[in-house]
Amino acid sequence: MNIVARLAWRNLWRHRRRTWLTVGAMVFSNTLLVFMISMQFGMYDLMIDNTLKVFTGHMQVQAPGYKDDQKMRQTVPDIVPLAGRLRAEFPTEKIAARGWAFALASSEERSYGVGIFGVEPEYEPQVSSIPGLIAEGRYLQQSDAPEIVIGAVLARNLRVGIGDELTLLGSGRDGSFAAAVATVVGIFESGVPDVDRSFAQMPIVAFQDVFFMEGAGHQVVISAPTLEEAERILPDIDAALPSDEGLVMHDWDALQPGLKQAIKADMSSAFFMYGILVVLVAFSVLNTQLMSVLERTHEFGIVMSLGLKPGQLGRLVMLETAMLGLIGFVLGAIGGVIVTSYFSANGLSIPGMEEMAANFNLPPRIYFQATPWTMAIGPFVVFVFTLLAAVYPALRLHKLHPVEAMRVN
Amino acid sequence: MTAVRCVDLCKTYRQGDEDIKALDHVSIDIEEAGFVCLSAPSGGGKTTLLNAIGGLDMPDSGEVWVADRRIDQMSKGELAELRLSSIGFVFQAYNLIPVLTARENIEFVMQVQGVPAKQRAEQSLAILEEVGLSGLEDRRPAEMSGGQQQRVAVARAIVSRPALVLADEPTANLDSKTSDELMTLFTELNRHHNTTFVIATHDQRVMRYAKRLVRMLDGRIVDDIAQDAA
Ligand SMILES: Nc1ncnc2c1ncn2[C@@H]1O[C@H](COP(=O)(O)OP(=O)(O)OP(=O)(O)O)[C@@H](O)[C@H]1O
Ligand SMILES: [Mg+2]
Repeated sequence: MNIVARLAWRNLWRHRRRTWLTVGAMVFSNTLLVFMISMQFGMYDLMIDNTLKVFTGHMQVQAPGYKDDQKMRQTVPDIVPLAGRLRAEFPTEKIAARGWAFALASSEERSYGVGIFGVEPEYEPQVSSIPGLIAEGRYLQQSDAPEIVIGAVLARNLRVGIGDELTLLGSGRDGSFAAAVATVVGIFESGVPDVDRSFAQMPIVAFQDVFFMEGAGHQVVISAPTLEEAERILPDIDAALPSDEGLVMHDWDALQPGLKQAIKADMSSAFFMYGILVVLVAFSVLNTQLMSVLERTHEFGIVMSLGLKPGQLGRLVMLETAMLGLIGFVLGAIGGVIVTSYFSANGLSIPGMEEMAANFNLPPRIYFQATPWTMAIGPFVVFVFTLLAAVYPALRLHKLHPVEAMRVN
Repeated sequence: MTAVRCVDLCKTYRQGDEDIKALDHVSIDIEEAGFVCLSAPSGGGKTTLLNAIGGLDMPDSGEVWVADRRIDQMSKGELAELRLSSIGFVFQAYNLIPVLTARENIEFVMQVQGVPAKQRAEQSLAILEEVGLSGLEDRRPAEMSGGQQQRVAVARAIVSRPALVLADEPTANLDSKTSDELMTLFTELNRHHNTTFVIATHDQRVMRYAKRLVRMLDGRIVDDIAQDAA
């Protein structure tokens, strides 16, 4: 090994305990950073996934303009065959067709406004968690049966139970008067009052009959196995859409614009905290390296007298610090990888989370995101700041006067 | 060519209310391949003069020339280059790097000079043999006696065959036999490689080897005589 490197390495171990303490601080913060960051991103994944799983899906095919102005007229024609064709072409994705209409639902005693979705009973449970939340009765079965499932709050408000009939009044696609009677076969309960109060689902064929849809619907919902898969496959599905109808494809970000904003807000507060942690570690390194430079003044005086320039000594100090930082990086990253791999395989359950997740028919644990990025970014930033922290001690060497330095003992 | 020329050097240190003239109008020319002993009582200004010649410390006034280049106006970087390439220093206190072995201490400067590893190894082992330290190459300074450390410092100073060697009490910790050996080594280098030596010493035995004896007192040169070296 190069003598300068050897010198740097041995200098590092002149004060074993001090070096290990500094390394310890780095390893601790690196492991903590990896833990927090991979948990954080695992949580974002979960948050996105869970939000989208409830109802929205990863992407939707719609008529242009429908997303921003939900008019009944803006339809996707022949929606059930279209959904069927996409299912055949993309067997790994979960795909279901929907229609949406607003109606007044009346029982014998009361009436309430309600959003009615026409859904494919066979496929809807694959793209939405609501069919799994049936608390009473059953979910829809046949796509042309005059049946309806409603939320628990709505059922209470309307004072209806399983087997009771609801009268629906609304307007059809062409603006004409639409009316129907449907039997309540199931009541779902998500625990979210808004959802439980204002939604109902009917089989899509029955829905199309009631609202004069002529085979059309409003959205084809697509759920991919993972978020990454969704982003990857979106262009392919988009390309597979019939070209003549001008249908558009919206990704989850367009469908749920608040989601990314919430994540961004959370990220900036999280990264602020990480920043503080990194700065604390950097100061501990600064302290160590400053001490180590100061106590070697005499020695630096000698080598400068022999003809070494302050810059060369500065590089020695930087090399020492880089070695120190590398030990912290490697050990910290190993610690982080172990912790993250464990939690990415087994998940971490936060107290209180299980009940909430159960309410939504969702997975109860955070599975850490174990990507090279989540596992390396923290230790890498600590490493960079470690090097930065050595710049000041290294620059101080320029002030050293060889003869005076040699006098120092 | 003169190896070293000092013109009217003055250097004053202030200590409390007193001004101490460490160098008081010192002028001296040292020819190439010279072998000069500087002798003075303690505090006479030997170290101060050597430091000025080596560009380690600036005089308050006067000129210093080394190998016909004026060095008291050089930048720090130029001075460092000059020291690295053409001056070997032996300091008054044995100034070794504690975490490096004897051999690494010698090779360290060579590496900075850009000497290839193989040549470094050959030269450092050879020089250690010449100063009588064969077998001690893997010892660290703390594992050697004062005299041994001093010889490592000497080896480090001369291993790259600098044109000028400035040695401050190089034999202070050596017994008479070892110091004779060291002076013989210096004499040989002086003869065969035309290395110029300037050696500050109190040691009568060392002075015998000098071709020229310069005596200082209170920062002034009081005596400058040529003599037949031993
Ligand atoms: N940094 C300094 N600050 C104050 N005075 C100094 C300093 N360096 C040297 N001196 C003074 O300058 C004078 C010359 O010192 P110098 O070190 O050159 O003497 P020397 O001949 O090498 O002595 P010795 O044989 O003891 O090494 C002394 O009186 C010393 O006290
Ligand atoms: Mg002295």
